[in-house]
Amino acid sequence: ANKVIFLTVMAASRVEDWKWFLVLAAGVSLLKCLLIPTYHSTDFEVHRNWLAITHSLPISQWYYEDTSEWTLDYPPLFAWFEYLLSQIGRYFDKEMLAVQNLNYGSTATIIFQRLTVIFTDILFMYAARECCRCIPEKKDGKELFKRPAFVLAVLLLWNFGLLIVDHIHFQYNGFLFGLLLLSVARLFQNRNLESALLFTILLNFKHIFLYVAPAYGIYLLRSYCFTSSKPDGSLKWSTFSFLRLASLGLIVCSVFAVSFGPFIAMGQLPQVLSRLFPFKRGLCHAYWAPNFWALYNVIDKALSVIGLKCGLLNIESIPKASMTGGLVQEFQHTVLPSVSPLITLICTFISIMPAVCCLWLKHRGPYGFLHCLILCALGSFLFGWHVHEKAILIAILPLSLLAVKGKKEAGIFLVLSTTGHLSLFPLLFTAQELPIKILLMLLFTVYSFSALRDLFREDRLLSWLEVLYLCGLIPLGIFCELFYPLTPWKERFPFLPLLLTSVYCALGVMQSWLKLYILLLNESATVKPKKDQ
Amino acid sequence: MELWNLMSIILLLGLTLRWTVSLNSYSGAGKPPMFGDYEAQRHWQEITYNLPVKQWYFNTSDNNLQYWGLDYPPLTAYHSLICAYVAKVINPDWISLHTSRGYESLEHKLFMRSTVFVADLIVYISAVFFYGFYLNKSSEKKKVFNVLCMLVYPGLILIDYGHFQYNCVSLGFTLWGIISFTYQRYLLGSLAFVLALNYKQMELYHSLPFFCFLLGKSFSKGIKGDGLVLLVKIAFTVIASFALCWLPFLTTEQIFQVLRRLFPVDRGIFEDKVANIWCSLSVLLKIKNVISLQTQLKLSFAATLLSVIPTCIKLTIHPNLKGFIFSLANCSLSFFLFSFHVHEKSILLAALPVCLLLNETALMSTWFLVASTFSMLPLLLKDGLLLPYIVTSLLFLLVTMTSSVLEKTSEEDLKLKPFCISIRRYISWFNIPKQLMRNIFLLSVITMAILSVVSATLTPPSGLPDLFPLLVSVVSCIHFLYFWMYFNILHFWEPTNKIKTN
Repeated sequence: ANKVIFLTVMAASRVEDWKWFLVLAAGVSLLKCLLIPTYHSTDFEVHRNWLAITHSLPISQWYYEDTSEWTLDYPPLFAWFEYLLSQIGRYFDKEMLAVQNLNYGSTATIIFQRLTVIFTDILFMYAARECCRCIPEKKDGKELFKRPAFVLAVLLLWNFGLLIVDHIHFQYNGFLFGLLLLSVARLFQNRNLESALLFTILLNFKHIFLYVAPAYGIYLLRSYCFTSSKPDGSLKWSTFSFLRLASLGLIVCSVFAVSFGPFIAMGQLPQVLSRLFPFKRGLCHAYWAPNFWALYNVIDKALSVIGLKCGLLNIESIPKASMTGGLVQEFQHTVLPSVSPLITLICTFISIMPAVCCLWLKHRGPYGFLHCLILCALGSFLFGWHVHEKAILIAILPLSLLAVKGKKEAGIFLVLSTTGHLSLFPLLFTAQELPIKILLMLLFTVYSFSALRDLFREDRLLSWLEVLYLCGLIPLGIFCELFYPLTPWKERFPFLPLLLTSVYCALGVMQSWLKLYILLLNESATVKPKKDQ
Repeated sequence: MELWNLMSIILLLGLTLRWTVSLNSYSGAGKPPMFGDYEAQRHWQEITYNLPVKQWYFNTSDNNLQYWGLDYPPLTAYHSLICAYVAKVINPDWISLHTSRGYESLEHKLFMRSTVFVADLIVYISAVFFYGFYLNKSSEKKKVFNVLCMLVYPGLILIDYGHFQYNCVSLGFTLWGIISFTYQRYLLGSLAFVLALNYKQMELYHSLPFFCFLLGKSFSKGIKGDGLVLLVKIAFTVIASFALCWLPFLTTEQIFQVLRRLFPVDRGIFEDKVANIWCSLSVLLKIKNVISLQTQLKLSFAATLLSVIPTCIKLTIHPNLKGFIFSLANCSLSFFLFSFHVHEKSILLAALPVCLLLNETALMSTWFLVASTFSMLPLLLKDGLLLPYIVTSLLFLLVTMTSSVLEKTSEEDLKLKPFCISIRRYISWFNIPKQLMRNIFLLSVITMAILSVVSATLTPPSGLPDLFPLLVSVVSCIHFLYFWMYFNILHFWEPTNKIKTN
């Protein structure tokens, strides 16, 4: 059945004119160029430092060097990527490649680093195009703006989160998500081995994508290593192909060998791993991600305040560490039990278990896989240890693909993308970027609401409660961004806007997660042998 | 997609573009003692806030006219005053008398940028939307395209948000005037134009078409009956609104002083390198040295007058809206090319009517708008605006190319059919090859691109420090002459028997 979809899609895309895609891509690239003079965070210095380390030190010292506090803590392939960039960077400004030049930021350095992000985004654009080609077109030949592929292209290319995180805050998420989306697209195109290769490479660029690895592992095992399923979609043990498993294993192992091999040979593996997984950091990142632990912490704080008021607790028993000094530090709970990394690991595991099981039990094709991947991303975002708010993009970007498929998914996408993106607001706190983030956020939100509504010819993608909740984001945003900085409380409780944003957005993220789960369970229960969709 | 949603998306795109450009440098940033237009505007806030109205235009111990003295009409001064009140609330240091000279800080830059942003939103952008979505009778797609093009036009954005000026206000008022005329609200239109004129005296470039159009309208209603009544009403509106704007300056001494400040005739026929006839001619002949100031004045006045006569007469005889817009383009180009002491930024005055023609003559308008941005390159380079110049120009080309302007090159698309027919009466083989315009356009764009790169990267030979700005000016001047002829032809051969738009 997949083959049929694939063939029809291929045929359709050959006829298609992709000029509009180029226009969208070129337009957003030019916008990115305009963002070059904007504020950049310490991540800019992090990457400059990595350029310097990989350029001027032998490989054996890459993971030991600690002149700067921003030590290399990405997997080896990313280090090699920085090494390659540094070879070009030489021609811009040699000074940026010196390890001792901490916080070096000449104009040439800024332009070079910004341009590397913009140019490596080409991979993301290619991946977005491949994803658009996987979307089955609706039968009635409609105008361009109402085609799912067009809507998807805008949702991916003009994604608000990616724009501000990569091109203002400064990171290289664009091409990493390019690898992720490309491997998803390859699964849709039934090129499973290629997909596995791409994903393994991605893992060796940035290990945060381990969160979604279960979805890949189970899907490839289930749908690739077993060549066919029973008519009701359940497993047929007899069709297991050892050859396929072996080739998968070979691909995965060889990528890891290339990446980690040299470090294993030098006996540095423990050092590399300790850099990659720094469990010494706290439960919540400096800017709270809108996840379960944000709610947990707030409930704990509320209980301790109530407890003090009622005299159930005494002040000496309360640890002094304030909840959010804005530092990466451990935080002790007062009333509720403290959370250790192990507990978050278990919670994450439990949260993704049902999704992974569904994927194993019922074969639903690549869409089932995508569904599971998003649930893995959301589960680990909600329950993981030291989660960055930026990690929400791992759920939002793949969810874009689902959003153009069905009404329910579209509704979930709207809630998740709006809350997720709003929770990124505290990343940019400088006054001159304030209009940019508001305008871009509005741009993306207005577009996604109106385009998805058009796509499904439906006025109500959201329930009234969801609409009410999302409308609540407006006063929240106005209060936190415009009103609060002018009040005298700003000095006394600088963390209050962060806290409000996180807690309020956490509700939306949790709700999207639950709805997505319900959708998965419903669909798995009612799944029939697939015909063309 | 609903029109309303599309409109908001375009609006948000335009605003994003504006704000991102505004993050860049401004004219005279960190260049004491004189700084640039940014400091001029800040200084006017200081002057208008701290000094009594009577002293604004006079040289006093508190108001040194040599240092960015107020030389714009009263509305600009009032606008500065309003901004100054806001500035006072935020940080009084920004406008304190004497001590605030050359004040620069990140907060202040943000404040200044946001004053432009607000003024633009209120006056210009609102007018563009009104024009684009209510008056355009074309299809929805074309409306969207036209508004988008107007909002991403790089020239205005770069000058207002990069270099720092408030051109959006005067151009916006003019646009409101045009809109009112479309609704046959001639009094309202005259009022809007008087406001524009009192914001920036350069709007005089547009005054002849406004005058001729209203005159023609009155004539067509019969000069003895309704026409006379209309004319009197208009005259009364204009005089009354002028008087209102000039209320604090209504003594002979004040009026003459303000006028002297507005029209400094002793500043020579051109100042910096500007893409007009006089500057280009001076490559061959040093006009400034050969001819006396008085003769320069007379010469430029005569040339300008001669060049505007045809289009003005045509407009007076056939006062219709399309002709009005053509005439606005023609007159502002004439003034830019031939008049006395022109600034390179004044090309924006011609760009406004050409923007309105984007749906009519897609290729030529696009071409003109690109060339007009290019003609300001030396100024933009001086202000350190190379990056936004490149990016916004490419963005503009990208947006216009989406409507496949390059294929619209037939005689009909160029609106040259009537012209060609009349030529063929005399020269029967006369024909414009379909690819000709397209190829010239591409050639011209490539020339501009090469010149931009060369000006930005190479250092000129030591004997000719002004080589690149001069080259840019001459190339642009040739372009503008060509467009001037084109729009004049268009206006002249415009079919007049068509029913006027109501």
